[in-house]
Amino acid sequence: MNAMCQTEKNQATAPARIEYVAPEVDILETKEDYLLQADMPGVAKADLELLIEGNELTIVGRRQRPVTGEVLVSEIELRDYRRSFVLDPQIATDRITAQLDQGVLTVHLPKAEAVKPRKIAITD
Amino acid sequence: MRLVKFNRPEAWAVSPFEQVPGLEDVINRVFGSPFGDLNRTGEFFAGSAPALDLCEDNENLVATVELPGMKKEDIEVSVQDGVLSVSGERSCDQKHREAGSYRTERFFGHFHRTVSLPKPVKTEAIKAVYRDGVLTVTMPKTEEAKPKQIAVNIG
Repeated sequence: MNAMCQTEKNQATAPARIEYVAPEVDILETKEDYLLQADMPGVAKADLELLIEGNELTIVGRRQRPVTGEVLVSEIELRDYRRSFVLDPQIATDRITAQLDQGVLTVHLPKAEAVKPRKIAITD
Repeated sequence: MRLVKFNRPEAWAVSPFEQVPGLEDVINRVFGSPFGDLNRTGEFFAGSAPALDLCEDNENLVATVELPGMKKEDIEVSVQDGVLSVSGERSCDQKHREAGSYRTERFFGHFHRTVSLPKPVKTEAIKAVYRDGVLTVTMPKTEEAKPKQIAVNIG
């Protein structure tokens, strides 16, 4: 505990702590794919990053808002967004697509072909 | 099916999908701002009242409201008797109704938010812009409300 208090005091030399807030998401499943929708208001397309590392998907959204004048009411937590998900191995990671519309990120995660139910033809 | 959001208890202030925090993170969070951290997951709609910021400079009052996923026709903004009012309805899109869901955190439904304006504004000159899911309402202050320089004379 003492060591942690020390690092707080040495803020001039310590690397800056970046703190994030996790956006709210809905995760849905259809026959063809999974759908992930995240609310990220204040993020433009240029400030959005989607990373896939192995089977982990990370979404990062950066926001800036110039503060003009005196702040009277402050409820919006102006941190950048970040959230990670571990993906089902059944997801075809090379075919993932994403759209951003009015602060809502929609990610389509298609299921791999082999996983969908299919009929097997019987050969003689 | 319409989902009605309830105020989640503080235990959910940390998203369960975040990387497991180190002890330092946990302690800093507890001893940091005790009230400001309750919104760690960004509950922007927070029930039926979206998060709002209000700033004042020499010329304007500027209100910023986070409203992701709306169509601008569905947002109603009005100023009456010195109170700014923002309301509307976020409708659940088709995909939600057809698909099975693993996780639903986002808010859908009717919302309404008001804030008292500390200075009078020119209602006919108010501008509202909706971009990237954020509504920005710029309200020019009336002449009497703007700060004035008073010349000091020696006499």
